[in-house]
Amino acid sequence: MNAFTFERVTHATDAAAAVAANAGAMFLAGGTTLVDLMKVEVLTPTAVADIRRLGLSSIDVSDDAITVGATVTNSQLAWHPVVRDRYPVLSEAILSGATTQIRNMATVAGNILQRTRCSYFRDVHAACNRRQPGSGCDALDGFNRGHAVLGVSEHCIATHPSDMCVAMIVIDAEIHTLRADGTTRSIPFAKFHHAPGDTPHVEVALAHGELITHVVIPSLPAARRSHYLKVRDRASYEFALASAAVVLDLDGDTIRAARLGLGGIATQPWRAVEAEQILTGRIATDQAFRDAAEIALAGAVARERNHFKIELAKRTIVRAFATARDGNA
Amino acid sequence: MTTSIRVNDTLHELSLDSRVTLLDALRDVLGLTGTKKGCDQGACGACTVIVDGQRVLSCLTLAAACEGQHVVTIEGLATGDELHPMQAAFLHCDGFQCGYCTPGQILSAVCAVREVHAGVPSHVTPDVRHTVNSATLSDEEIRERMSGNLCRCAAYPNIVAAVRQVLNERLHI
Repeated sequence: MNAFTFERVTHATDAAAAVAANAGAMFLAGGTTLVDLMKVEVLTPTAVADIRRLGLSSIDVSDDAITVGATVTNSQLAWHPVVRDRYPVLSEAILSGATTQIRNMATVAGNILQRTRCSYFRDVHAACNRRQPGSGCDALDGFNRGHAVLGVSEHCIATHPSDMCVAMIVIDAEIHTLRADGTTRSIPFAKFHHAPGDTPHVEVALAHGELITHVVIPSLPAARRSHYLKVRDRASYEFALASAAVVLDLDGDTIRAARLGLGGIATQPWRAVEAEQILTGRIATDQAFRDAAEIALAGAVARERNHFKIELAKRTIVRAFATARDGNA
Repeated sequence: MTTSIRVNDTLHELSLDSRVTLLDALRDVLGLTGTKKGCDQGACGACTVIVDGQRVLSCLTLAAACEGQHVVTIEGLATGDELHPMQAAFLHCDGFQCGYCTPGQILSAVCAVREVHAGVPSHVTPDVRHTVNSATLSDEEIRERMSGNLCRCAAYPNIVAAVRQVLNERLHI
């Protein structure tokens, strides 16, 4: 691990200013991504500012929204009774990721900013445009079984690893930030993560030193009938091969509105808007869900070893919607 | 940099390089070698300790980030010569073979039982809106809640039995 200075900050504006003033500085929250990647020297900050003492660790519930502080842990959010009641998809998504130890450390902001698990990104001896712009991508013709089929480019096919973000994007959460000059803004989840395109190293819509302060989850009564289904190589403690976050608003057997997010197969948390639209007004049959799944994966581009993910994702979508339809919501 | 950490009810003022993890501080600075270093990258759970009541991985925790926090390690679990109920259950159920993962398993299991008593769901809970109950908790639930602790000797059935024993004792642990 490279040497760095450790900065204890107690005010959010001080944290933003400390990082903004130093191009080599990074925020530290739970450390489950940052400390891990510092050990393998993929990340080499010269300073880290610990943001866990900024008073950003509460969950505030109102009738209209739930406001989640940046350093609320994944466990805190998943276990919150109101989250479980109003947004089962979010609680289920979080609980499907990692382990209790890691969820007790990992924060909401850190989950949003977690880096890909692509093995070439994590290996400083491999070519990776995301880690080292212009160096190439060893995943394109390498061991790419776990890689993305949606949102890919010829420069990067790394999968976004988060489960939580897939649920957040379908419930239209908004990310609120603070900049060093004291100004704030909010960014919809759907506009926060970037597809790799020609610039895989530009991952999110944050400026250097811009601090996530909280996430606002708006009221969405339909989310009481929602579900997260994760398919993976082992039953626990594994990243998704494919996952689906669904919200189903039913009027009897007819779909009033449906929402679909996809994980494990895309370079960013993925919202399948066109697939959602063709479900509106249809009877909630497995065939309707299959039709939506075909549209969701229509633009998929597979490499040598990950072609199976396209059919796997379609079946995951159908089962997730069918479970939400048949559930006790 | 200077960091004060309470470990097993003893306050320590440590002067450490900022790169030192909580795991290395416990083992190499404080001599508490009960906490084990397995993978050192957050994949095995051998380094599990309890910080401010929550089980966490000490290998991915910087010691400097623990300022003012209370850490419980395996050395702090027993009361004098009296084993903690989870330690006694692991002995009774033979919940280990080589023993390397055992400190992490036991600390994780203590927290898993507390979480069940608190009623919080896991990934395998059929409906996250419901509160779980120790009397009706499935083995699948115990396995999922303990999935962050790998055992290369595969003592899993007896680990599940040890956790079940403590759940059945209904002790406040």
